[in-house]
Amino acid sequence: MKEALIIAGFGGQGVLSMGKILAYSGVIQDFEVTWMPSYGPEMRGGTANVTVILSDRKISSPIVHEYDTAIVLNQQSMDKFEQKVRSGGILIYDTNGITRHPKRKDITIYTIDAVTECAKSGQVKLFNTMILGGYLKVRPVVEMENVMVGLKKSLPERAWKMLPANEEAIRRGGEIICQVR
Amino acid sequence: MAEKDVKLMKGNEVIAHAAIRYGCDGYFGYPITPQSEVLETLMELKPWETTGMVVLQAESETSSINMVYGGAATGKRVMTSSSSPGVSLMTETLSYLAAAELPCLIVNCQRGGPGLGTIQPAQGDYFQAVKGGGHGDYRLIVLAPNSVQEMHDHVAEGFDLAFKYRTPAMILADGVIGQMMEKVVLAPQRPRKTTAEIAAECGEWATTGKYEGRTRNIITTLELQPERMQEINLRLQAKYRQIEQQAVRYETTECDDADYVIVAFGSSARICSATVEIARAEGLKVGLLRPITLYPFPTVPLAELAMRGVKGFLVAELNAGQMVEDVRLAVNGKAPVEHYGRQGGMLFSPDDVLVALKEKLINR
Repeated sequence: MKEALIIAGFGGQGVLSMGKILAYSGVIQDFEVTWMPSYGPEMRGGTANVTVILSDRKISSPIVHEYDTAIVLNQQSMDKFEQKVRSGGILIYDTNGITRHPKRKDITIYTIDAVTECAKSGQVKLFNTMILGGYLKVRPVVEMENVMVGLKKSLPERAWKMLPANEEAIRRGGEIICQVR
Repeated sequence: MAEKDVKLMKGNEVIAHAAIRYGCDGYFGYPITPQSEVLETLMELKPWETTGMVVLQAESETSSINMVYGGAATGKRVMTSSSSPGVSLMTETLSYLAAAELPCLIVNCQRGGPGLGTIQPAQGDYFQAVKGGGHGDYRLIVLAPNSVQEMHDHVAEGFDLAFKYRTPAMILADGVIGQMMEKVVLAPQRPRKTTAEIAAECGEWATTGKYEGRTRNIITTLELQPERMQEINLRLQAKYRQIEQQAVRYETTECDDADYVIVAFGSSARICSATVEIARAEGLKVGLLRPITLYPFPTVPLAELAMRGVKGFLVAELNAGQMVEDVRLAVNGKAPVEHYGRQGGMLFSPDDVLVALKEKLINR
């Protein structure tokens, strides 16, 4: 098993945290993991992305030139990363704010309207875990019980009161993700 | 389930944890991207409340390295960390530290230069780390970690080597290794050295306090008598020859039957290890030699590979061609040695390196 994933969007959407939850879940599942963030101007507003690799073997390069899966959360990231999904790979995106939708025919495309869903409940902070839930539904690379441990390990203790809401968001994400083609 | 003590951490965070657990006495630093998490993590961990380790944010890099000089002069285990432009500010004192034979640890989490440059990862400080940077005939022991676990391990190894040879050691990492998170197993907590232990270990040279009946230890780098200054130089050079004999470390992957060998260090070596996998899958006999110590450099194993009949070496670095000079010296004309690189914070992918290997060597 090897999954090279990029999660890309705006700073503040929880892109890096989502990657960290997934990476920690991989650690719990005894996978090798790398988590390589964009850093710098991104963390001061603007685009942010993180490459997460999970593998049952030693990971050679943390830098890859194509991804098994791309999770795209803004237009800039769509423009940049649609072409970097390997043929036969997966692209997941939230349609909110996307004006030019993906065109590729050789990859599987899903949408997940997590912005809208979170707005309904007024819980915008659950956006990233909801996206993660959608991803794990279509790419169940780690077992859900390990995701829950990974979630707890990724969050500081002061945020543990938010664990049940995040667990629910992960579950809900799995329900609302739709295959486009 | 994974073992309980496996953590997921950034390379920079791990430097802080490893320093505390090694029993480091003091860290003096100044923030700069992409290594600021070292100081931030130390401030969060508050080791002054547990081991008694001092953590101090100085007013500049110049100040922090001179605090290292002062701490090291007393035989304490002290360190600093910075990134490329910050390390440039420290180079005067690096020369002084080497001249005064003061053991200490410096971490350089490199970014793209020259000048203020970019905050993205690069390996353009190879010359500065390995050839000098500061003035005069001196060397630093330079370790190049290629993973978060090695970032951790090199803290202890760097301090051990620094004290063994009484010379400054540097960890030459970069923005990839510093910012990346990977699994790491942290070492158990060791106690800091006691005053008595430091006196026993370093009493002959360190300024541990003058008591009756002991001659004064004086730490200085000034010697106006050229005859005596030459003596000091000869002693330093003898030490460097000893380091070159004893402390070389490197790792080879698939080199035994390789027709072509890629030479790469740190994050580049990680990328190139995937290049080797791709090349082997295509039936190409490609290997990787990764220097773990950049100084002392693995000259002998490279010369042996050239003697054995390797048809060409590709040195892949995130710079315009620096380590390639040392590989050429080692290979000494027995095989072509080409360079492939990116600069300014740009990375190459495993496939890019394979394309370069084919263009520059295999299909020539």
